[in-house]
Amino acid sequence: MTLPEKIPENSVGLIMPQVQHFTEPLQFDCGRVLDSYQIVYETYGQLNADHSNAILICHALSGDHHAAGYHSMDDKNPGWWDNCIGPGKPLDTNRFFIVSLNNLGGCKGSTGPNTINPETNKPYGPDFPIVTVNDWVRSQVRLGEALGISQWVAIVGGSLGGMQALQWAIDYPDRLRYCVVIAATPKLTAQNIAFNEVSRQAIMTDPEFYNGHYYDHNAIPRQGLMLARMLGHITYLSDESMRAKFGRELREGKIKFGFDVEFQVESYLRYQGRSFVDRFDANTYLLMTKALDYFDPAREYSHNLSAALAHVTANFLVISFTSDWRFSPERSEEIVRALTDNKKNVNYIEVKAHHGHDAFLMPIPHYLNVFSAYMRNIKISGENS
Amino acid sequence: MTTTLRSDLALISEWIKPGTHILDLGCGDGKLLAHLRDTRQVSGYGLEIKESNLEQCVAADINVIQMDLNDLQKGLCHFVHESFDYVVMTQAIQTIHHPDLLLAEILRIGRECIVTFPNFGHWTCRLSLALKGKMPVSTTLPNPWYDTENIHLCTLEDFEELCDTKNIEVLQRAVVDPNHRTPFMMRLLPNLFGEIAVYRIRRKPGKAIPVTH
Repeated sequence: MTLPEKIPENSVGLIMPQVQHFTEPLQFDCGRVLDSYQIVYETYGQLNADHSNAILICHALSGDHHAAGYHSMDDKNPGWWDNCIGPGKPLDTNRFFIVSLNNLGGCKGSTGPNTINPETNKPYGPDFPIVTVNDWVRSQVRLGEALGISQWVAIVGGSLGGMQALQWAIDYPDRLRYCVVIAATPKLTAQNIAFNEVSRQAIMTDPEFYNGHYYDHNAIPRQGLMLARMLGHITYLSDESMRAKFGRELREGKIKFGFDVEFQVESYLRYQGRSFVDRFDANTYLLMTKALDYFDPAREYSHNLSAALAHVTANFLVISFTSDWRFSPERSEEIVRALTDNKKNVNYIEVKAHHGHDAFLMPIPHYLNVFSAYMRNIKISGENS
Repeated sequence: MTTTLRSDLALISEWIKPGTHILDLGCGDGKLLAHLRDTRQVSGYGLEIKESNLEQCVAADINVIQMDLNDLQKGLCHFVHESFDYVVMTQAIQTIHHPDLLLAEILRIGRECIVTFPNFGHWTCRLSLALKGKMPVSTTLPNPWYDTENIHLCTLEDFEELCDTKNIEVLQRAVVDPNHRTPFMMRLLPNLFGEIAVYRIRRKPGKAIPVTH
């Protein structure tokens, strides 16, 4: 990968993250309270005069606020959803003002396990409240209020981000007009939870984990976090995409009868695991997987998703991908069915893609065409139709 | 915005009561749903499978849901009994693996159904088979036999026979040509001169639809 000598024209360009401090206490579902906290976020595009063109982007498990553009000319890669955010892209910054945040419990600047707890002057570590999707949505409401946005034109997310968008539509129906839920699910399956549990065990049994207080020991549970990421990565890809990418290719062309890296896929997974350790916090990983496991908006409605969605008013775009076996198209169809049961406005597209769960990040033409066409139909005050 | 509608679609939209909730199976580019929304305040969903059609439906701002009509187990069974005032299926029944099962299913989820199909009893089809001994190719049936989605072609006579055996009541019938005309001869001998058949049907009150597969 070469550095961008000049920023591409359809990029949002160089971006500076911003920080919003909150001093009003935030109550978490687990019963804990944070008296003060901060949320780091980025914005792309211009907020219009009556603040009616704002879109909120919610990130997935390992995502953060840096969704588009570059932080410096030295960046190798743009933000994680640069394929979809920018001038002329589905989330068109010529029309929309886009806000992307790092969720609470994250490790990229928003208050989380690796930030200092003012009461102890040490990192929160494992004492950071167990955070749920509902908690995130409540904190995002406050971020919107701080930015002067009382109603989002759309809330958009893939994977765990899509779950936040869905939760918004249920909890705050008046505060969003459109809800875009991509490669998501109304709840995790036993298999999904099982994978998360293996990831957590890998981290928590690492001798460098120190019950989550590894910061105090100047340690990092490298092996554990690396294993968790390797396992996660397998679930983000598909059998087909791994076969296409690596096949059974050997790194040195021949079998060596040993346990070192021999197959290309092993080398790739180890690389993914190692580079993840350098950019992510193990306690945050644990929190994110718990938020995933607990997500089940239908639970409060006698496990009836149609009842949970009875009062949503947002128009929905739901997108799934054929080879996604982590949150398969059937899971998205459950959301669609609950919406059609209630005669809500919904579009549903199952995009043919071999990339597995990661497809939602890929520039797949049909996916981008549908996404763009949908967003173009959204009317904003002050625009000529 | 009213663009010219295909002849069977123009006729159907006159049959649909304003303010109703409909399901359009195989909704194509979404023109019918958009037309009904704009002119008759009709709500509802289109089901479609083809990528280019799906993109056009989204662009037309209608509710489209990707679903394979041949996958009945996965698809329609999730809609509850009489979810829709009308289920519309235009020029699609002849492309379905089990048209009789699909008919039973759409008459379960819709109070009434409107079905259109190319009439294989049209005189040009008969002539093609009788004189040339070849499968007909025409404007309503443009593709050769080996490269067509139309795997279950039928005549008006065939369709009405199926309705009879399945306890389906025909509420309204029309035949049109592709220009939305019903000339005199078509009225007189619809199975011979009708190019496109349009039916409005429902379950016979109090009778179940026998399922034989």
